[in-house]
Amino acid sequence: MTRELTFAEAIHEAIEQEMAQDSNIFIVGEDVQLLRHPLFEKFGEERVINTPISETAFVGAATGAAYSGMRPIVDLALVDFFAVTADQIINQMTKITYLSAGQLTVPLVIRAACGGGYGDGGQHSQALWGFLAHIPGLKVAIPSTPYDAKGLMISAIRDNNPVVFLEHKILADYWLFLLGGAARFKDAQAEFNIPAAGAKGPVPAEPYTVPFGKAEVRRQGKDLTVVSVGVMVHRALAVAERLAAEGKSVEVIDLRTLVPLDRRAVIDSVKKTRKLLVVDEDYRSYGLSGEIAATVAEEAAGSLEDFKRVTALDTPIPFSRVLEKVMLPSEGSIEAAARRMLK
Amino acid sequence: MIAKDVALDLYRRMVRIRIFEEKTAEVWHQGLISGEVHLYVGQEAVSAGVCAHLRAEDPVEADHRGHGPLLAKGVDMKRMMAELLGRKTGLCQGKGGHMHLFDRSLRFGSGGIIGGALPLALGSALANKMRRQNLVSVVFFGDGAANQGAFHESLNLAAVWKLPVLFVCHDNRWAVSVPKSYSTAVPWNAQRSAAYGMPGEVVDGMDAVAVYNAAKPLIERARRGEGPSLLEATCYRFRGHFETDNMAYLPPGELEEWKAKDPIPKLARQIVEQGWGSNQDLERIKAEIQSEVAKAAEFAESSPWPEPELASKHVFV
Repeated sequence: MTRELTFAEAIHEAIEQEMAQDSNIFIVGEDVQLLRHPLFEKFGEERVINTPISETAFVGAATGAAYSGMRPIVDLALVDFFAVTADQIINQMTKITYLSAGQLTVPLVIRAACGGGYGDGGQHSQALWGFLAHIPGLKVAIPSTPYDAKGLMISAIRDNNPVVFLEHKILADYWLFLLGGAARFKDAQAEFNIPAAGAKGPVPAEPYTVPFGKAEVRRQGKDLTVVSVGVMVHRALAVAERLAAEGKSVEVIDLRTLVPLDRRAVIDSVKKTRKLLVVDEDYRSYGLSGEIAATVAEEAAGSLEDFKRVTALDTPIPFSRVLEKVMLPSEGSIEAAARRMLK
Repeated sequence: MIAKDVALDLYRRMVRIRIFEEKTAEVWHQGLISGEVHLYVGQEAVSAGVCAHLRAEDPVEADHRGHGPLLAKGVDMKRMMAELLGRKTGLCQGKGGHMHLFDRSLRFGSGGIIGGALPLALGSALANKMRRQNLVSVVFFGDGAANQGAFHESLNLAAVWKLPVLFVCHDNRWAVSVPKSYSTAVPWNAQRSAAYGMPGEVVDGMDAVAVYNAAKPLIERARRGEGPSLLEATCYRFRGHFETDNMAYLPPGELEEWKAKDPIPKLARQIVEQGWGSNQDLERIKAEIQSEVAKAAEFAESSPWPEPELASKHVFV
């Protein structure tokens, strides 16, 4: 019998197991003694360190500690707060290894909740992974299942480079729980369309790694390739399931990490299906969807018959659930695009 | 008062900076160094007086005007000059350059973003504290940086965490062309340290002995685990913000007034008056350093360029 954990439990187990065997690992961030209470109980205040609301200071401090021999896990709470500490990430953390010609290394993980679809407004719901992936020297992981969440977190902790580890709030339940969760909503799962396979799933008890730069084909198909990350992988899978009932065969690729990016997996799939749909919860322009298009144009242009993308609009995220649904990709918009391509 | 050995050590550290910087200016004007160069001439007493207390393994962070602290900490001048010229033999194989100097053996780093180094210094201090290593982190910055959020966040957090850090502010009165009176609401940044619950001292940064004496208890305090403090040293950049700065914004006479307080002849006079050394001793130190600097420049100019493949290395390790 396979044990099942929630997405958030899988991440905690990864961190707990790694912290137990490497005393250089510590957690630092706002409210971590509350939000990561089980880890605080186990490792105490010396290794689970609360901070003031000073993202610049504690993100920079984590970088300094990392190149001084420690392996910090920075809890940035929300990826939107990246903007507050941009200098420390763009100009310091990700440049020190390169500019020092490898004299200094920065083994550090920034974990942050990301994503919308639950009505939290423009400064708390962004994806931003395209922006982060654009910074040389930063790895970006975006798990979509509890299994990957644990394996990618262990890989991130053991990596000798800075890694941003993004936890989608529709998958990691702690954020919706903080917002009242089941107490406020009759059926939170339906209200937020929480994908069952993303929120909870089989996770081996022993430590294991999921390698960076290796996409996972979540569903095999031959008529259309859909490439995505995070919660949108589950939206694409739901659409693929519906289309399968009509005899349409859709392949769904979960990139899992944007840096490094498994370009090979995308190219190989496009050579088979000849049609590519990118589904991205991040802003439309200058991001992941364009990068995937460019990859195929460079490597497999002759194989590509059709390309489309379903993305967030190039607008800030509006608060009202009605407006938010217009702004973000959904099963409806994915299905409409897929149907046009499969005609 | 200080011991003879300390006085001569301070003198040597300052001359090391001055002669290296004058050579750097010369080489820069010859077009052998690309980009900006922000020289430390005039501020030597600050780095010398602080770094004289440090061990090689005490971490030091500096800003765009970082040559002084690195030289005062005892860098290999050859590798430093080669870095300024972008050569393969440089500290960072030519990938850092003048504003981004790193020397792992001295636990030294510098960067070109004003205020960016302060949070990093908290990190090395936190690591040392967690590992109970009894080391002190020092971060050098200017009065311009003291108006960045990073300064205020870092002082607060260093005090909350009681970290072994010394914040050293070069109060050189100018943030590029904006005078301190236009940018800073209080006369002294050392006053701001009170708001963060740590000691703050103002010292004459044109007097190496004064800086040495002022830094001593603050570094010892940090080493004992009693927390951070701030040292503000009044000083002046004799060559402006960077080379080619014609300093048209300066009030007439201000530069000359400060040049008259040049810290190097000042310490030379003290050494001779106190009988710690003769003029000949001081000339000998100068000659040794001139020779070291000349060799460094020769080494740098004759060094190979980095191979092109190096451009794509070290993004990840």
